[in-house]
Amino acid sequence: MLGFLKQPVVVSAEINVNLVALTVMGLVNRLWALSYPQAVVFDEVYYGQFVSLYMKRIFFVDDSGPPFGHMLLAFGGYLGGFDGNFLWNRIGAEYSMNVPVWSLRLLPAVTGALCVPLAYQILVELHFSHCAAFGAALLILFENSLITQSRLMLLESVLIFFILLAILSYLKFYNLQKCSPFTAGWWFWLLLTGVACSCAVGVKYMGLFTYMLLLAIAGVHSWHLIGDQTLSNVSVLCHLLARGLALVVIPVAMYLSFFYVHLTLLYRSGPHDQIMSSAFQASLEGGLARITQGQPLEVAYGSQITLRNVLGKPMPCWLHSHKNTYPIRYENGRGSSHQQQVTCYPFKDVNNWWIVKDPGMQQLVVSNPPRPVRHGHIVQLVHGITTRYLNTHDVAAPLSPHSQEISCYIDYNISMPTQNLWRVEIVNRESDTDVWKTILSEVRFVHVNTSAVLKLSGASLPEWGYRQLEIIGEKLSKGYHQSKLWNVEEHRYGKSQEQKEREVELHSPTQADMSKNLSFMARFTELQWKILTLKNEDTEHKYSSSPLDWITMDTNIAYWFHSISGAQIHLIGNVLTWASANVATLVYVCLFVWYLLRRRRNICDIPEDTWRRWVSAGGLCVGGWAVNYLPFFMMEKTLFLYHYLPALTFQILLIPAVLQHLTDHLCRSQLPKNAFSALIVAWFSSIYLVYRTFSPLTYGEPTLSAAELRALRWKDSWDILIRKH
Amino acid sequence: SDGGVTGPRRFLARCAGSVQWHFRSAPVGVWAPLAFVTLLSFASRFYRLSEPPHVCWDETHFGKMGSYYINRTFFFDVHPPLGKMLIGLAGYLSGYDGTFPFQKPGDRYEHHNYIGMRGFCAFLGSCLVPFAYLTVLELSKSLSAALLAASILIFDTGCITLSQYILLDPILMFFLMGAVLSMVKYNSYADRPFSAPWWFWLSLTGVNLAGAIGVKFVGLFVVLLVGLNTVYDLWELLGDLSLSLVTLGKHLLARVFCLILLPLALYTAQFAVHFAVLNKSGPGDGFFSSAFQSRLIGNNLHNVSVPEHLAYGSVITMKNLRMAGGYLHSHWHLYPEGVGARQQQVTAYLHKDLNNLWVIKKHDSNTDHLDPSHYVEFVRHGDVIRLEHKETSRNLHSHQHEAPMTRKHFQVTGYGINGTGDANDFWRIEVVGMKAGKRIKVLRSQIRLTHLATGCILGSSGKTLPKWGWEQVEVTCTPYVKETPNALWNVEDHINPKLPNISLDVLKPSFPEILLESHMVMIRGNSGLKPKENEVTSKPWHWPINYQGLRFSGVNETDFRVYLLGNPVVWWLNLVTIGLYLLMATCAIVAMKRGVQLTAELKELSEVLLHSGGKIMLGWLLHYLPFFMMGRVLYFHHYFPAMLFSSMLTGITWDTLLKFCAGCLSCSLGRRVYTYGTLALMLLIVYSFYLFHPLSYGMVGPMASDPNSPMAGLRWLESWEF
Repeated sequence: MLGFLKQPVVVSAEINVNLVALTVMGLVNRLWALSYPQAVVFDEVYYGQFVSLYMKRIFFVDDSGPPFGHMLLAFGGYLGGFDGNFLWNRIGAEYSMNVPVWSLRLLPAVTGALCVPLAYQILVELHFSHCAAFGAALLILFENSLITQSRLMLLESVLIFFILLAILSYLKFYNLQKCSPFTAGWWFWLLLTGVACSCAVGVKYMGLFTYMLLLAIAGVHSWHLIGDQTLSNVSVLCHLLARGLALVVIPVAMYLSFFYVHLTLLYRSGPHDQIMSSAFQASLEGGLARITQGQPLEVAYGSQITLRNVLGKPMPCWLHSHKNTYPIRYENGRGSSHQQQVTCYPFKDVNNWWIVKDPGMQQLVVSNPPRPVRHGHIVQLVHGITTRYLNTHDVAAPLSPHSQEISCYIDYNISMPTQNLWRVEIVNRESDTDVWKTILSEVRFVHVNTSAVLKLSGASLPEWGYRQLEIIGEKLSKGYHQSKLWNVEEHRYGKSQEQKEREVELHSPTQADMSKNLSFMARFTELQWKILTLKNEDTEHKYSSSPLDWITMDTNIAYWFHSISGAQIHLIGNVLTWASANVATLVYVCLFVWYLLRRRRNICDIPEDTWRRWVSAGGLCVGGWAVNYLPFFMMEKTLFLYHYLPALTFQILLIPAVLQHLTDHLCRSQLPKNAFSALIVAWFSSIYLVYRTFSPLTYGEPTLSAAELRALRWKDSWDILIRKH
Repeated sequence: SDGGVTGPRRFLARCAGSVQWHFRSAPVGVWAPLAFVTLLSFASRFYRLSEPPHVCWDETHFGKMGSYYINRTFFFDVHPPLGKMLIGLAGYLSGYDGTFPFQKPGDRYEHHNYIGMRGFCAFLGSCLVPFAYLTVLELSKSLSAALLAASILIFDTGCITLSQYILLDPILMFFLMGAVLSMVKYNSYADRPFSAPWWFWLSLTGVNLAGAIGVKFVGLFVVLLVGLNTVYDLWELLGDLSLSLVTLGKHLLARVFCLILLPLALYTAQFAVHFAVLNKSGPGDGFFSSAFQSRLIGNNLHNVSVPEHLAYGSVITMKNLRMAGGYLHSHWHLYPEGVGARQQQVTAYLHKDLNNLWVIKKHDSNTDHLDPSHYVEFVRHGDVIRLEHKETSRNLHSHQHEAPMTRKHFQVTGYGINGTGDANDFWRIEVVGMKAGKRIKVLRSQIRLTHLATGCILGSSGKTLPKWGWEQVEVTCTPYVKETPNALWNVEDHINPKLPNISLDVLKPSFPEILLESHMVMIRGNSGLKPKENEVTSKPWHWPINYQGLRFSGVNETDFRVYLLGNPVVWWLNLVTIGLYLLMATCAIVAMKRGVQLTAELKELSEVLLHSGGKIMLGWLLHYLPFFMMGRVLYFHHYFPAMLFSSMLTGITWDTLLKFCAGCLSCSLGRRVYTYGTLALMLLIVYSFYLFHPLSYGMVGPMASDPNSPMAGLRWLESWEF
């Protein structure tokens, strides 16, 4: 029983002092005076509003990326006890007492600091010397742009952290693959790769680039595995399945879970409700849900409804009509029917109410029991306030002359008969006898006489139509488009037969007695779609730049400026590091091509294992740089210097790899080797010096005089703010 | 050994005589089918070529452009000139005089000779079939694969329709398939490098590449295909240690010369011809810079003589210096409500118009400088001026309202009545690289207009305004002071009766300059073809499933209707085949990687599948995937180049599959499976063509939804509109 006592209990610990030292240095360097400045710096103004909304549990949509990054920042706010009460409206605004600046900035700073030991370990796992690995870590440590970006409430440092973590875990996993597959350590690193990838993607979509790179590398390695004929078919299959699980299934599941948490946390309605569909809005507390809560589900003959266009572009709007008629002649001389206008109106209004009427009966109230409207039924739509029928005929629409005009029918006795029968087609029906449901059903109205479809054209009418949106009947309707779909938003069963009573009823708020919930997947799909398709109009910014400016760092970004003392924070990199990184990339590519061509001719300049190390280092670092940089040339959105930082990190990792290769293989004798090492030491010292020189712009203190600032303007294209006296 | 592996060998060994695998041994067996498919191809393309005798679909563009060449009138199009030049040439040779206006689809040709141009396109379109036949034959060495691929193309209604009209597509596809065929041919002479046929096919590849890009920029994809193939080729040669470095150098140089330099030279030559032929002013002038226009006979800048220096009272037009920039323009219409201040619109307009005229006035006086009693006062660098719009007498004005599209810029408007406005109408006129006090020259000076009150600079953002702005280009005042051509202008027209006219011979641009400029204009034109809001457009994923066609002619029951739609049986077969190919290729490649012992015949089959099929598959991918990333408006017919590759892949894949199946069975059964399988596929294709041929050759009478229609029951998808 107590056999284990026969042996002494020994704990032996191995501590890599390098790692500890680097971590401590990283933490000091990133966390020093973290809560200075006590003011909103650059994009904190953007992320801050989402943190506040998280604190208040209010729903929002941010098209810049998935919610995991915002959630992490909000978690910092939660730990610091932030109540969300701060108006994020201006860069440079002083934080009030209730904003826990330190804890809000803590997480990005810590992740930024951890990138330093990660860089060290990545180089070690790539089989480079500890000396080279230490060098890589120091380069990351003294990179001003990475420091600036980590010390503020921004997401890039978190993204870079997860990217490096994913790379490191994959390398650890791959190195274990040779000796001990399917052990606990193997599983741990494999799963961690998947988790880190999904976190990177969850922080910013940019993480996808690295994820794709890792998938490609894993694909190549798996291909070698398939070719390994010492493995049985079954074990190859197991290997492939394990990779599929860890690198595809788990990231997808994690990604969904981010949204799940996001949607669970944010349950109150808020400023971005209008973008979402009625059904989505109804699932949030307050807002539309307050109105629609408890309204009847099934639309019946006699129902009073408002109809919202499903597309929501150029803005969300409801089918609308009012007393005014179409002008007899338009500006361009074409004629109209001069009947009552039908438009789409982007605000809630009593004129948005319509009554569903059975063409065969006169009554405008719901019978008891209600007779629900089903797919394929023919109805008339009566405008609630004016009691006119929705009508269309062979008259050209005001702005879209190829389509039919939609009007509310007025009989002028000029042999233009009423054509007011519409067939209800439920597009998202499950069966052909489906009932038309409030909010849930997306409905197309097909005109019985002309088979035109009721559609929002997207154009806004001139003065006579009060700039409301044009509604048309599209004759040759082809294909599915959301502008032709409508859903019932507000709904109640009409009770009053008399027009006067009905007007009172229409003006009264809808009553309540029913609730419904959208499934998570439906909400996720809609939110994801909106995030991907929402477009911000702003295409120019004072500090926006093009990808070509980034390599040479021809541009900088002024993050913060104190108007009295003149202290300022800039996103500006360590020029020497950037230049060296470019040189290293160039040297690598040239040497790689040279070796490759020579090997093809069967001339081996370097030993086989060195070559393999050289290829894997390059595949990862140059590949990582390329996938994180080149796609920006094809993007149309506004770009900033900080988009380059992930690519830069990869490029920096390449520098020590190239240096070690040059020392080991190109310096044949001892003397040049020593000279080269001395050069490297000198170069490292100058990197440190450049870091010190620019640190006032990185940390925002000490405040520099105008002359000192002018001296820091090493490139004419840099925008350093110097006050005139 | 096990039976499954020995099966094919036994079959192939015994049946080799009965099925012709290798064509070199039997020349008659190759030429007779080739003649047969060529004949069928020509017959199917030329049948009812003259129907309908009116303008169909894009004939209105390309026919018109052919006429422009015959009339030597300068025009602008987003595609390079070769295709339209060839159409023009065909028209010229066949006796068309270039007088038909090609105004809109549906216009009758009457007595004009249009058959020559259609016939030329149909001729090139017919050549696709023999090209595909020869390519597949060369790649797979299998007659039945080649016949299958050829019959797919012969009996595809889409290919027939697209070949029968005056369009760029048959010309593009001709060069494209020509390039693929010659590439495959020169690859097959790899064992005899530097021999005469090798050189012939290699340089022919280059010629075809030049033709393909010369017709449409989509030709770049085939350039990419040939490029990748060549890189692979060179890589293989490099690994061949029996070749000396000198030989390798010769290989490299031969390819650089034939596949890069030759096509570039030919491509440039096309433009030289294009510019030489089109020497008269026409509708395309305004898209180009002032210097460019001075080349064109009839343009007001040709042999221009204008007053050289700007003076107060001069009437001028100002052109933006960005490539394809417009003239500063204004008109009576106001900015709509909600878009800045409700003042008169100021835009950039690409066409010449009276509303482009502006008068230079002193900022502080409203005197008429053209009054003979006044002395002439020149405008100098650094002066503060006022620009008055000649037609509406409003001043060029800016203020701190946001611009309509570029929200961070300021709005530019026309303001004031009869020249009386406010201090926001004052602009400082400056010339790039000049000292204060110098005069400003027409055409040559690059002018910057700085708004005095806000310090912003007048520029054109290049964005198109919505309908209220007549889709003209936005003009803004940018607060970001950057040296870009967007913010620079030059004076083009200059009218001042008090100044002497001087002939300016400075403008003639060099050929490289006009070449570069015309490319910039084309690229901008292409990226400007954006889909409009809420417009239902064709999506790339629609294409392979044949989701929706294009109406070439006719809408109503009484019309003669032609509808561009692929033969659905053929297209769906192609689609299934792509999946089948991927499956087969994966099986083959994994089996080889796992070291499964294959028989010689199976090895040969997988070689054809992976190498030949791989090339074709790559071609399909290169001609299809890039469309997913394009922002411009896309149409169904953009898929046809990819469809050619897809059809060839179908031929190769099914042939390989049938051979494989046959190999697993006994000899006589295997041969029967192989023969009947191929025959069944061909019969299927022919029968489906019989069903759908009215799509190409014209339908009259009731629509397909009517049970009396000849097409009744054939509208298999809701989205087809016939």
